[in-house]
Amino acid sequence: MAPLLQMSGIRKEYPGVVALQDVGFELRSGEVHCLLGENGAGKSTLMKILSGAIRRDAGRIMIDGVDAVVDTPADAQRHGIGMIYQDFKLVPELSVAENIFLGNEPTQGRLPLIDYSLMHERSREVIAMLGESIPTAAQVRGLSIAQRQIVEIAKALSKKVRVLAMDEPTAPLTEHEMKNLFKVIRRLKEEGVGIIYISHRLEEIFEIGDRITVLRDGTFVHSCLVAEADKRSLVRWMVGRELEQEYPKIPLDRGGELLRIEHLNAGMLKDINLTLYQGEILGLAGLVGAGRTELARVLFGADPRESGRVTLGGKEIAPRSPREAIDAGIGLLTEDRNAYGLIMQMSVRENITLSNLKEVASGPFLSRSAESAVAERFTSELRIKTPGIEQQVEHLSGGNRQKVVLARWLFTKSSLLIFDEPTAGIDVGVKFEIYQLINRLAQEGVGVIVISSDLPELLGVSDRVAVMCEGRLTGILSRQEATQERVMLLASGETALEGFRG
Amino acid sequence: MAESVTRSSKTFKALVGEFGIAIVLAAEIGLFALLSPYFFTAENILNISLQTSIIAIIAVGMTFVILTAGIDLSVGAIVAFTGVIVTTVLKMNAPYPVALLCVVLSGLAIGAFSGALAGTFVTKLKITPFIVTLALMTIWRGAAYMFTDGRPVWGLPDAFSLLGSGRLFGVPVPTICMVIVYVAAYVVLDRTRFGRHVYAVGGNPEAARLSGVPTDRVVLKVYMLCGMLASFSGILLASRMNSGQPNAGQMYELDVIAAVVVGGTSLFGGRGSVVGTFIGAMLIGVLRNGLNLMNVSSYVQMILLGVVILSAVLLDRLRGR
Repeated sequence: MAPLLQMSGIRKEYPGVVALQDVGFELRSGEVHCLLGENGAGKSTLMKILSGAIRRDAGRIMIDGVDAVVDTPADAQRHGIGMIYQDFKLVPELSVAENIFLGNEPTQGRLPLIDYSLMHERSREVIAMLGESIPTAAQVRGLSIAQRQIVEIAKALSKKVRVLAMDEPTAPLTEHEMKNLFKVIRRLKEEGVGIIYISHRLEEIFEIGDRITVLRDGTFVHSCLVAEADKRSLVRWMVGRELEQEYPKIPLDRGGELLRIEHLNAGMLKDINLTLYQGEILGLAGLVGAGRTELARVLFGADPRESGRVTLGGKEIAPRSPREAIDAGIGLLTEDRNAYGLIMQMSVRENITLSNLKEVASGPFLSRSAESAVAERFTSELRIKTPGIEQQVEHLSGGNRQKVVLARWLFTKSSLLIFDEPTAGIDVGVKFEIYQLINRLAQEGVGVIVISSDLPELLGVSDRVAVMCEGRLTGILSRQEATQERVMLLASGETALEGFRG
Repeated sequence: MAESVTRSSKTFKALVGEFGIAIVLAAEIGLFALLSPYFFTAENILNISLQTSIIAIIAVGMTFVILTAGIDLSVGAIVAFTGVIVTTVLKMNAPYPVALLCVVLSGLAIGAFSGALAGTFVTKLKITPFIVTLALMTIWRGAAYMFTDGRPVWGLPDAFSLLGSGRLFGVPVPTICMVIVYVAAYVVLDRTRFGRHVYAVGGNPEAARLSGVPTDRVVLKVYMLCGMLASFSGILLASRMNSGQPNAGQMYELDVIAAVVVGGTSLFGGRGSVVGTFIGAMLIGVLRNGLNLMNVSSYVQMILLGVVILSAVLLDRLRGR
């Protein structure tokens, strides 16, 4: 029997770059096929071609063994190809049912009036098929991210989807929501839907995947059953070389006290007490919404504080804006680099120097040569892959974008750097480079706070782990004490480990 | 065969990408030069620059505002209100240097005040610039009529008209002002920290703030700058008309926005330049002048202007692909 989907000889060229070269991909119905590769390997380009968002320069797409024209998103939809993007394409003001049938609304016979009762009924059916229960009249605005994802999947299903591509679907989900999503995916498999699954979390692939295909630098590298692969070989195929260890931890003697937070209250944050030493890497663990990002933002002056005392290097600080925090020596690498980190229209050079323009200016006037020298230095030091420092950052891949933001904060020469989800959506190769960079900063005496939802990563990079739950600090564990179980207990508000309170 | 076609279309696209709207301006100038022997004379070119100078100067301020993803609809009304105020100040018959100083200071104060109001409403009270400046537009227009009872202010000292109608080495003074404003604005946008901050705020305000850009202050300054350039233009216009007209500057905001957008500055902020704005303003000015020379009726001119704006923006879209 012909496979559900077969792509062969796919080629896509952009001015100056070959994004895909002779790439093949095959999907059977009822399987979860994981598409792997580093940022910039060509996964997104391949998916954009499949969904008709961009046109291929060469190659064939066959569905059920028959050549298919997939030049526009409408073509793709007609062939039953659906996509779930990381940023959902839902209208927050509309109801669940209205979103599911958006552009596809059932009408009352010949009248051009929407048949709402039919629409809600069918929406309920689709959602029930996924083993979920979301009120179909609810506004999408009020739903959790996990629920929105279910609505997206329901929307695809309502269009009789046969091929469903999911781009990093678990990235915004909690552990529990992730398990639930996997249940939904297994149901989709039973329905005969072929699923293309893109993720950087290798653990997931072994849990949910049936087959894998690995791309590297726009070319096909390997395809096999998941059962035939192990983590080590996956990394080797993706990166093209062996990675000796996942977390290159360098043990360091901590220096003098750098940051002291006493009785800090702000918004959801309640009575936070914390000390950080020079050259120390402190991991901040907790569930989504525990208040970790909020703490970072308050320290950075992005959000106001109600009470409490913060000293940095012995001096009391109370920054009322990020500018004041930066001047005091604090840097914050925000979560979601695209929304809160980068100015997309600006070049690599302009993004790197943005937080420290004083350094490359005399008075109000910028020195172009000084700026370029700084940008050149960081692009080579951090190995940022870009045609040049004048390239707009929107044309860079995720990992390289993150390196640009990192370069910005390195250039501010801060004494305290806070990294909020520094490796989210980033491939193993660049992750490794970021860990090395964090180590190097610590060696130079910088105090580093790392926030990450990837617990093994957090335990791997940190000297100590502070755990938060519902706006409170529930415990501080040393590297030796910190196990996944202990952290999870504290993160869920368990106070049995009172002895570890810092 | 097919290949050569694609190749030539590629070079056409590359050409358009490189020079964009400047090609349209060159074509326009070439066309009018062919159609009218008087068009391409030094006198007429100076004339165009004089006629365009006021819109072009305001367009510099508007470029800054639009770069921050804002808009300022109040510029035309500021031109009128400034005009009637400064002419009234002039009629107090102070000795010449003092009078001139009073005119410039009072004029610029009006623009700065209006801009500060707009900037404060936009940054502190989070009201959209469109609404804030729409309100300011009717306020200043109404103030201009109320202040003069709807009548123009006449009978000004002769020396005042030198500003708008005088010449220096044969070049109209407003043209010289325009050149100075453009050169200064280019340097500010391209070579100063403030200029970089303007682009950053327009590109991604939250990322800019978290990168240490004082976003509120930048936006406030930008509206004040736009207001001051509008009131400066108001002084020039009053001088050229040798009177303070409460109905001066009607619809200027639209001409100015057209010049900025035709010049390639994005209404979503973060992208654009004063070089583009200059070309955009000239494109509109040359069109008006050329059609006048050819005795095309002003009604037809309006239609053609609309067509040119649409084509120019379309060209910019092609360039973006």
